[in-house]
Amino acid sequence: MRHNYQRLVLLFPIVFWLVCFFLLPLVSVFIYSFLERGTYGGVRWIFTLENYARLFDGLYLGILWRSVSTALICTAVCLLLGYPFAYYLARYRPKHRNILLLLVVVPFWTNFLIRTYAWILILRTEGLLNSFLSALFPNWGPLELLNTPLAVQIGLVYGYLPFMILPLYAALEQLDMSLLEAAQDLGASPRRAFWHVTVPLSLPGILAGSMLVFIPTVGAFLTPDLLGGGKVSYIGNVIERQFKTARDWPFGSALSFMLMGIVLVGTVLYFRTLQQDET
Amino acid sequence: MKRILEANIGLVFFFLYVPILAVVVFSFNSGEQISVWEGFTFSWYAKLFEDAALWRACRNSLIVAGVATAVSTFIGTTAALAIERYRFRFRTALTRCLYLPVIIPDIVLAIALLTFYVQTPIPLGLASVIIAHCVFNVAYVTIVVRARLQGYDNTLEEAARDLGANEWQTFWRITFPLIAPGIIGGALLAFTLSIDDFVVTFFTAGVGYTTLSVHIYSQLKFGITPKLNAISTMLLANSIVFILLFLWFQGGATNSQSRDA
Repeated sequence: MRHNYQRLVLLFPIVFWLVCFFLLPLVSVFIYSFLERGTYGGVRWIFTLENYARLFDGLYLGILWRSVSTALICTAVCLLLGYPFAYYLARYRPKHRNILLLLVVVPFWTNFLIRTYAWILILRTEGLLNSFLSALFPNWGPLELLNTPLAVQIGLVYGYLPFMILPLYAALEQLDMSLLEAAQDLGASPRRAFWHVTVPLSLPGILAGSMLVFIPTVGAFLTPDLLGGGKVSYIGNVIERQFKTARDWPFGSALSFMLMGIVLVGTVLYFRTLQQDET
Repeated sequence: MKRILEANIGLVFFFLYVPILAVVVFSFNSGEQISVWEGFTFSWYAKLFEDAALWRACRNSLIVAGVATAVSTFIGTTAALAIERYRFRFRTALTRCLYLPVIIPDIVLAIALLTFYVQTPIPLGLASVIIAHCVFNVAYVTIVVRARLQGYDNTLEEAARDLGANEWQTFWRITFPLIAPGIIGGALLAFTLSIDDFVVTFFTAGVGYTTLSVHIYSQLKFGITPKLNAISTMLLANSIVFILLFLWFQGGATNSQSRDA
C-alpha cells in the first residue's frame, strides 16, 4: 500500500509531462497533417489526404533523397575519421587518454550556432581558406564554397563527429585484448584479426555512433540554412518554410511526420540488429 | 600503420579546433571585416557591454535555462528513482517513451509543440519555451541519474532503516548524497542543452522573447558583425567552465565508487 503511494508520487511528474507536452503535441501534429490549409495561414478543419499525396511529388522526393543521402555520406565520413581515431585513443596511455577524450568533448559542449558560424568565417569568399590559398598560389581565384552542398556536408560532419567518436571509443576501450592475441596465436594476420575480431566486437559502437550521427543530420535545419544559404533545400528547411514563411502548416506537419517515420524505422532497425548481435 | 593512425589523430584535432580558434583569434581583430586580420583590439568586447538587446537575450536565456533545469532535474530524478526502484506495468513503455524526445529530430518536436500551443491557452512566450525545453531535458536527466542509480548499493538504505530512520530521513541522508553527483551532472547537462538550443526555441518563443541563440541566429542571417566573434568567444569560455564542472562532479563520483569497491 505504502509502496503504491510512493510509486505514484514518483511517477506522476514524468507521466504528466510526457503525456501533456510530448504525446499530445505529437497527436496534434498528426491531426494537423490531415487538415486543409487556411487562406491566411491557420487551418480549416476539413479532412484531406492531399498533404500526404503531395509528398510523392517529384520535387519533395528529390529533397527527401538529398537529405537522406547527405546524412548517409555524413555518417560514412564520420565513421571513416572516427573509427581510426577511437581505435588509437583506446590504446593510448590511460593518463593522456582522458585529456585527448576531453578535447573531443569540448566542441560537443559548445554552442552549435557558433560552431556553424565558424565555418562561415572559413569558407566565405573573403574567408580564411581563400586567404590562405591565395597566399600560397597568388594566381588562384577565390573558391566559392559557402552556400554549396559541400559546405553543408562539411558543417554536418564537423557538428556531429564527436557523436560518432564517443560511442566508438566506449566500445573499443572495453575490447578484450586477449581475444586479439588469441587470433594472432592461431595464425591470423593483424589485418585479418582486425576485420574478424575487432570490427565485429565494436559493432555496437559503430551502430550507436551511426544512429547518433544519422538521426540529427537527416532532419538538420540550421546547418543547411546557414552554410547552404537556403539555396539548396533539405527536408528540415522545407518544414521550417511551411511554418515560418509559406504558412502551410498542414503540409509542414505531413513532412514532419514522414521525417519522424524515417527516423523511427532507423531506430527500430538499429535495436533489431543489436538484439541479433547479442543472441 | 601507426603513422596513418597518428596522422588521423592530428587531422581530426586540426579539423575540430581550427574553426573554434579562428573565431577566438578574430574576436580580437580591429578591422570591420569578420575574417580579414588588421590589428589587435579589445573594442568588440567593450561594445558587448553597450548592447542592450544582447543583454536582454542573455537574461531570457538564463531565465529559460534556469527554470527548465530546475523543473527537469526534479522530474528526471523522480522518474529515474521510480524506474530503477519499482517494477510496474508500463515500465518498459515508459522507458522507451523517454528515449523518444532524444531520438526524434528537434524540428519535429518544435513544430509538434507549436501546433499544440496554438490550440491551448498557453501563450507563445518564455513559459512555452521553458515547457518545451523540459521535454528533452527530462529525458537526458533521467538517463544520467539512472546510470548513477545502477551502480547503487541498496544495503546502505536497508541498514539505515534497520537503525530506525524513516523513509524521509533515509532519502535525504543516504540516498540523496549518494546519487547527488548524478543529479548535478544531469542538471549541468540540462542547463547546457537549454542554453544552446536554437531550433525548439525558434519555433516556440513568441515575438519579442529572444534568447541568446535566437539573437545570434538573427545576426547570422541579417548582418554579421565582428561583435559576433566576441560573443562566440565568451560563450566558448562559458562552455569550457561547464565541462570542467561536469567532469569534476562526475570524476568525484567515480572516485568515491572505486573507493567503495
